[in-house]
Amino acid sequence: MALDNNPALDTHEFRLVGTRPNRPDGIDKVTGRARYGADISAPGMLTGMVLRSRHAHARIKSIDISAAEAIPGVHAVITRKDFTHVPEDGDIADILDNCMAGEKALYDGHAVAAVAASSSATAQEALKAIIVDYEVLPNVTDVDTAIREGAPILHAGRSDGTVPEGASRNIMSRVEFGHGDVEAGLAKADRVVERSFKTEATHQGYIEPHACLAQMGQDGQADLWCCTQGHYMVRNTCAALLGMDQGQLRVTASEIGGGFGGKTTVFLEPLALVLSRKSSRPVKMVMSRAEVLRATGPTASSSMDVRIGMTKDGRITGAHAELRYQGGAYPGSPVQLGAMAGFAPYDLENVKTVGWDIVTNRPKQAAYRAPGAPMAAFGVESVIDELARGFGLDPIEVRLKNAAREGTRSSYGPTYPAIGLEATLQAAKDHPHWSAPLGKNQGRGVACGFWFNFGGDTCVSLNITPDGTATVTEGNPDIGGSRAAMSMMAAEELGIPYEKVRTVITDTGSLGQNEVTDGSRVTFAVGLATIKAARAAKKEMCKRVAKIWGIDEDAVEWREGAVHPAGPNAGLHPPMTLAEIAAVASNTGGPIAGHHEVTAEGAGVSFATHMVDSEVDADTGAVKIVRYTVFQDAGKAVHPDYVEGQLQGGAVQGIGWALNEEYIYGEDGILQNPGFLDYRVPVASDLPMIDTVILEIPNPGHPYGVRGVGETSIVPPLAAVANSVSAAANVRLTDIPMSPPKVLAKIRETV
Amino acid sequence: MSNIHVTTSVNGDPVEFLCGSQDTLLDVLRDRLGMTGTKEGCGTGDCGACSVTVNGRLICSCLMLGAEAEGSEIGTIEGMADGDALHPLQRKFIEHAALQCGICTPGILVASKSLLESNPEPTEEETRYWLAGNLCRCTGYDKIIRAVMDAAHEMREAS
Repeated sequence: MALDNNPALDTHEFRLVGTRPNRPDGIDKVTGRARYGADISAPGMLTGMVLRSRHAHARIKSIDISAAEAIPGVHAVITRKDFTHVPEDGDIADILDNCMAGEKALYDGHAVAAVAASSSATAQEALKAIIVDYEVLPNVTDVDTAIREGAPILHAGRSDGTVPEGASRNIMSRVEFGHGDVEAGLAKADRVVERSFKTEATHQGYIEPHACLAQMGQDGQADLWCCTQGHYMVRNTCAALLGMDQGQLRVTASEIGGGFGGKTTVFLEPLALVLSRKSSRPVKMVMSRAEVLRATGPTASSSMDVRIGMTKDGRITGAHAELRYQGGAYPGSPVQLGAMAGFAPYDLENVKTVGWDIVTNRPKQAAYRAPGAPMAAFGVESVIDELARGFGLDPIEVRLKNAAREGTRSSYGPTYPAIGLEATLQAAKDHPHWSAPLGKNQGRGVACGFWFNFGGDTCVSLNITPDGTATVTEGNPDIGGSRAAMSMMAAEELGIPYEKVRTVITDTGSLGQNEVTDGSRVTFAVGLATIKAARAAKKEMCKRVAKIWGIDEDAVEWREGAVHPAGPNAGLHPPMTLAEIAAVASNTGGPIAGHHEVTAEGAGVSFATHMVDSEVDADTGAVKIVRYTVFQDAGKAVHPDYVEGQLQGGAVQGIGWALNEEYIYGEDGILQNPGFLDYRVPVASDLPMIDTVILEIPNPGHPYGVRGVGETSIVPPLAAVANSVSAAANVRLTDIPMSPPKVLAKIRETV
Repeated sequence: MSNIHVTTSVNGDPVEFLCGSQDTLLDVLRDRLGMTGTKEGCGTGDCGACSVTVNGRLICSCLMLGAEAEGSEIGTIEGMADGDALHPLQRKFIEHAALQCGICTPGILVASKSLLESNPEPTEEETRYWLAGNLCRCTGYDKIIRAVMDAAHEMREAS
């Protein structure tokens, strides 16, 4: 039968994969029927709300909830004291402390109490009646200030063994990657450029605020509905926080209104569960936009020193980077990933990156699309650009000369299999954008980017219905069209029309463990499991038909949606289609299904090259993006529309990060711009069309060659935009966001 | 505090509701009438996810009080399709993959319909400026702009 042999990847002809059918959830989403986190209610439900600290750093001396509890219509008031279970795991303990402050409020917006009441007006009244006695402490929100002598210390004694003796106690850990002898390499260079860079924190900016509805009984059984990138993660985390059995908590994921990594942890969910337990009523909680910005996870801000040496013909001889990332009030900034990713596009003999994880009085960072990589790429790609321009070399040629390829030992350790970086650079060089004339005050920049991609725990069940259609049951919230991709891959395998497969995202009670929708993993890992589940179903159908025909299982084969007699039996029986096999399943052994459970490996690393033209207004410092092209390797684009969408969306988030988005804190440590008016994400009138070129260098780790595409597209834009602005303004921009005042100051500095 | 009685119409249906003096039209639609197709992204008029029409005029329903809706005609995403027949904009959004997560989609569709009613042949720039009050974080707007322009083209051909 040879069902498990992968077809030759680069020559395989697909019937459906690579086409652009309408997504199965499209009608629900254009008619308003799709139900997101805040779109559900339960009989008798209460409204839950959170009291948040207005101090960036304060010891909580006492909390008096008695007046709040006495208000008619208030059914529960909770503080940290209501979390009676003490988690042993350090990461879980930090999540608990982030969800509900213990001894100290560590940032503006940190939750200190929560209420459940019969209406939102009553809940608001109750919040005002809670009396918190704070001892206000000095705060620090800047990454460089946090590690200076005399800076306020957030936690004593939490630095791990990697931090040198005598270093700031706000440093949680140190990491190092690389190989060769950097100093010897730099000595061989014709020129060495060293620059320092800073990037501000940005928020994922999903349009849907966090929301959930919890119901927990005194028997310990609980149900939770929420918008999340991973309901299995929500289940496991909440169970650990509350000391529950995971099996007693069933979590259902709503439709999700964007996440970009920001919905890969919990904020409201454990509070809603405890409020529900205490009030014996269902409790619904929905964040305001200000709460989302103040108290969920933005990404890290960074400060970096990058030093690269190059020969005059463009060969990098040595490269060094020192990265300092603050990830908010708890350990765990993505500096390690940044340190691994910064130099990953290049084949370097001598390279070293050191990363420092630093805490400040800001909200605990959460993952944001290729967490940690865009900042590091900004520093590295800016210096490469400066060296190339300084020597009068073509920046694409310089990158091609140093590009990592199959067999290259990466800067973070592993040796690469087949990868697509050179293909993206070559496509960029050959693209009409590269040779198009530039207008007045315009500049063109390019940059490369890398992301690891991920696989992880995945379960899929595929059921053949009696009428010969199929349902795919999977456990990963569909954040950008993945149900379409799963249905396409299942239909491709089964030889039935796309419309005959329905993909359903099920609750935590219906499948085994599934990793979060993150790491660009879903089309890769869930797709792989879907294909394998379909192959298991096909194997079962072959068995059934062999039984009907009274011949050996090995004497039949699956071809074009039907079982055919094979070998010496060829032509002896008319083929049986999937529908015919399904119709008689009750007589041949019962319902037919396939399933696959796997810890998916072989996700296949991803590379992109971005090209951007920007125009700088020399009088105001304002930057306008006038043309943008993304070149990225997708392995195999299952549904090209949604691959393009990922490339475009990532590029535009990167443009926002590069030009206008930033967390602005005052001296008091209070966030000054917690709303979409002042935290300005790109709007339609800021942008041109975002052109995309999809390269397909098959990933050997996936049956169809798929590799994840979701995250890489945000890695190059910071640097690509900075390189274009630097070219247009004839100054080197090293501080992100490149907001008009900063650009103008740079221009005036050099005049 | 006593509730206010309001008589209005939503998508052509006569509707009466009681609301608090501080309830927004968005609160009324979602929490009193159960019409959750209109979304709340910010509550401050900055994201456009709550776009509806009141007497034909495009507004952010988070910026209008429910009590102000007395006697007016409200149009929401739930009234955009004619039974089973999708509005051309709805169809083109699906065909162009102009949505990823879909949370901004109802507001963008309501705003786009309002654009095409006043300007059946918008340029790309006009479309981009009209929709500048509707945030989308997933798509980078490219496919949204293409879908609106294509729907406008189809509607002109049909008329």
